[in-house]
Amino acid sequence: MAHLEDPRGRSAKRLMDTRLKDRPHLFLFHSEKWFAMGIVIAGLMAWEGGVRLGKISSLFFPAPSVILLTSIQLIMNGKLTTHLGITLWRVFLGFFLGGISGLILGLAMGWSRSLRMIVDPLIAAAHPVPKIAILPLIMILFGIGESSKIVVIAVATFFPMLINTVAGVRQIHPIHFEVAQNYGAGLNKILTRVIVPGSLPFVLTGARLALNMALLLAIAVELVSAQEGLGAMIWLAWQTLRTEELYVSLFVTAGLGVVFNFFLQRITLHLVPWQTEQRI
Amino acid sequence: MSLFMELSCQHIHKAFQTQNGTIIALEDVTFRTKEKEFLCIVGPSGCGKTTLLKLIAGLLKPNSGEMIFHGEVSDHRSRTALVFQEHGLFPWMTVLDNVAFGLEIRGIRKKERHELAQTFVQKVGLSSFSHNYPHELSVGMRQRVGIARAFIADAPILLMDEPFGSIDAQTKRFLQEELLRLWKDHQKLILYVTHDIEEAVILADRILVMTGHPGRIREQISIPFSRPRDLYTRKSADLTEIKWHIWKILEDEVQKGLWIPD
Ligand SMILES: Nc1ncnc2c1ncn2[C@@H]1O[C@H](COP(=O)(O)OP(=O)(O)OP(=O)(O)O)[C@@H](O)[C@H]1O
Ligand SMILES: [Mg+2]
Repeated sequence: MAHLEDPRGRSAKRLMDTRLKDRPHLFLFHSEKWFAMGIVIAGLMAWEGGVRLGKISSLFFPAPSVILLTSIQLIMNGKLTTHLGITLWRVFLGFFLGGISGLILGLAMGWSRSLRMIVDPLIAAAHPVPKIAILPLIMILFGIGESSKIVVIAVATFFPMLINTVAGVRQIHPIHFEVAQNYGAGLNKILTRVIVPGSLPFVLTGARLALNMALLLAIAVELVSAQEGLGAMIWLAWQTLRTEELYVSLFVTAGLGVVFNFFLQRITLHLVPWQTEQRI
Repeated sequence: MSLFMELSCQHIHKAFQTQNGTIIALEDVTFRTKEKEFLCIVGPSGCGKTTLLKLIAGLLKPNSGEMIFHGEVSDHRSRTALVFQEHGLFPWMTVLDNVAFGLEIRGIRKKERHELAQTFVQKVGLSSFSHNYPHELSVGMRQRVGIARAFIADAPILLMDEPFGSIDAQTKRFLQEELLRLWKDHQKLILYVTHDIEEAVILADRILVMTGHPGRIREQISIPFSRPRDLYTRKSADLTEIKWHIWKILEDEVQKGLWIPD
């Protein structure tokens, strides 16, 4: 058999190169990022100077250096790491429970029209309810301990995961199912080779939203009803007017959100190599 | 090399129920194939060509009528491989995995199926692309992957739905020759839907001309040219005459469509 070149004369190498170029570079900082960093540093320096010169109230805006020292202290005496650990545990457990149930129900609903017809109205009614509002109800059902906190976080993660998974399965082109069927694929193969990879980009978007939701709810639940965790730390710092501690816990919480999103983006790039335009 | 399989369609009826009533897609479609034939199907848009292929592939069920494969009415699985016009490849699989899909379904182990797939990828001239994803290929290259996937499946009947519909004329000629070569090597029965009448005449042993609303087979035309057919065939007076003949059938059809109210 003759070996045929592509009529357009493009080489695989070149195509690979463009593929890599299309990817956002996560580690390399672009000049825009340097610029943004510069602004942040300038802001911090102005803040520090303002406090030292007595132009800014150190009660409301303790100097960045003080905040930094406090955070080192809090890490050394184990307070920050304990609170952080507890929050992380709640976030991950809630995310895991809610995410898995949302994923499984979402795949099933995407696949089965009748299930969708039954469950859709329930979802439409329950989804818009701000999840923190159901905390008291959950506490009646699950007690005031740890489990009701986890349940609220799980409920909040469940919805974005479910909704994105259903959308992900539904947007799979019908031809892909027909191809699988034509080659004799059974339900098992259709699930693993069509439904799961076909919906994966949407599922990952759902996971990202769900993880952010889990963090939001964990902090909210801790603000209103916990003695431990970053949310509780924020609340306690506020009540005792220890503003340095307030800032430390706020920055750590914000940092958590950034780290979560960063990792999910990296995971997405690895798991979805067939998509060039990143819709993240 | 696949076993030869003969296909006979007997009085196939297919209607779709929609909110706006029933659409009769196919009415009393009857034909039988000859040995290892290259059969082209032409007809106006909406006359039921895709529906016919899907029925033969077993993706749809006829309302009545029978499809007989080599003398027996039975399940269609693994007797047909369908090549779609677009979106036929899985975007989440590399070229190699796409080509090997039929083998994967048959439970052939990864190493073996990748080796076999590699030879087929080579046959369609894409060996340096086996680890690329479909979106990294041109439209024509993707169709070659689809064709490789269909040939490797070793189904005796290949169903192709306007596979080169959206490809420029030059690339199309090249792909047609490639397809004919594969067909010769692998001894399959090919049912090839196209709206390009010249393409049908160049490729086919026989052409089914369909008319629409409802879809029926209007005429079966045997193409007398010997193979391989070359540029001179494309220029010959006979070819022009056959093309003209088909055009007349379809022209009547188009006019009927315009003049007869539903
Ligand atoms: N799933 C469906 N539901 C309802 N009607 C359908 C469906 N599929 C096809 N039809 C109808 O059946 C008829 C034949 O459709 P089909 O797709 O087979 O035409 P075609 O000959 O392939 O047309 P084209 O050349 O434009 O691809 C059309 O009138 C179409 O509206
Ligand atoms: Mg069609």
